[in-house]
Amino acid sequence: MTLLAAIGRSFLGLIAAIGRIAIFAGQTIGHIVRGPFYLRELAVSFLNIGWLSLPVVGLTSLFTGAALALQIYAGSARFSAEAVVPQIVAIGMVRELGPVLVGLMIAARVTSSIAAEIATMKVTEQIDALVTLSTHPMKYLTVPRVLAATIVVPLLVAVGDIIGIFGGYAVATGTLGFNPAAYIRNTLDFLELKDVVSSLAKGAMFGFIAALMGCYYGMNSGRGAQGVGSATKGSVEAAAVLILGANFVLTGVFFSL
Amino acid sequence: MIKLIGVTKSFGNNHVLRGVDLTVDRGTSLVIIGGSGTGKSIAIKSVLGLVTPDAGKITVDGQDVTQTDRDAFLARFGMLFQGAALFDSLPVWQNVAFRLLRGSLKRPKDEARQIAIEKLRRVGLTPDVADRLPAELSGGMQKRVGLARAIAADPEIIFFDEPTTGLDPIMAGVINDLIREIVVEMGATAITITHDMTSVRAIADNVAMLHDGVIQWAGPVGDIDTSGDPFLDQFIHGRAIGPIEAVR
Repeated sequence: MTLLAAIGRSFLGLIAAIGRIAIFAGQTIGHIVRGPFYLRELAVSFLNIGWLSLPVVGLTSLFTGAALALQIYAGSARFSAEAVVPQIVAIGMVRELGPVLVGLMIAARVTSSIAAEIATMKVTEQIDALVTLSTHPMKYLTVPRVLAATIVVPLLVAVGDIIGIFGGYAVATGTLGFNPAAYIRNTLDFLELKDVVSSLAKGAMFGFIAALMGCYYGMNSGRGAQGVGSATKGSVEAAAVLILGANFVLTGVFFSL
Repeated sequence: MIKLIGVTKSFGNNHVLRGVDLTVDRGTSLVIIGGSGTGKSIAIKSVLGLVTPDAGKITVDGQDVTQTDRDAFLARFGMLFQGAALFDSLPVWQNVAFRLLRGSLKRPKDEARQIAIEKLRRVGLTPDVADRLPAELSGGMQKRVGLARAIAADPEIIFFDEPTTGLDPIMAGVINDLIREIVVEMGATAITITHDMTSVRAIADNVAMLHDGVIQWAGPVGDIDTSGDPFLDQFIHGRAIGPIEAVR
């Protein structure tokens, strides 16, 4: 009975958390479509989330694309199908690895940073100070970050896709003996518009999730350093799981239905 | 006039406010004293709507605070937080002029900066502080920047949460004089929370002591030494022995 009660409590807690996050997301979207807008904060968010994430996104994609080319070559060589390397690298990067890796990198870099910053602001009464200065915390803190992430992460995904494909190209032409022109032609011929659209759509969704989780956990953090730490950890865990879950759903929507 | 009528607030089993009744007349300075964790900050945060009371009513000039236009209501207030609560990402002058750079009180940037520098001077800070970030200032300087921000828009009502904590005695005196000046010259209504009895005597027209979730004693500052209230006596004389338990 105690075990059942514990399971029931956990389940109810999970449902309640989902409800709170859904309400927070709804409120955020509501504030996005209604002013006032804080353009300076939006510009700073573009810089922090987009521009400053480029190095980590670029390096992650480059190494993943390169490793993918090696793996596909090694696997396909078993049945003499080495020629599929450009196509599989392109499909793999654009449809799945590009958006997911960028999403997870954003969760690690941006979600954690947003959660820690907002949680610290809460602990040090800066959120209360915003209210007393007639400034809505969601409009000032949440909206610029969520809006910027939703717009800029698809661009990061596009950059990541291109760099990832380039990583595969560099390995394939540099060490596996592929013809450079043929590699590029095969890549471009095989990719469809739907692949690119799904990649960008996933980027937008993952950006929204990553920033939203950072803001939600930051705004609802506990007290003290431990509260900030828990909020940061929880935000990254939630963002990562939701990004992978959303990826599965979006892949189903674009390629199975 | 600010009125709290039967205000209660609990956090789980911790009953912080158990029915606070308090009146602050317009243009007067009330100091709330009481032990740590007795709900003094919660009481003033309830007035601002930062904390929602479980029961009771709060009015400002006869109007229920829950029924007002929020922006217009908050535009009348200034607040100095216990830890200053400065925005780390903004330079000092933008912290001070925060309200003057956006919303209904928005001014041109140059004018807002000039006002910020003037307010900084009023709290004893030189103009070269204006372009620094809060993290580059000492705790006492941050507190004074917080005070400058609280008075930047010349509010009608100002709340000071431990304004002299962390300041040296000379600067504490400057801040006490400034608070007194704001009340007298600007005609502002002030509520101050402090444990510093020197500040109480310098700032207050009236004093209220919060203990065990209710107002234990309230009256003019001139009466605190002759109140005959054992709780107030123990507090103002800082005695370990008395009706207030030292271990709480």
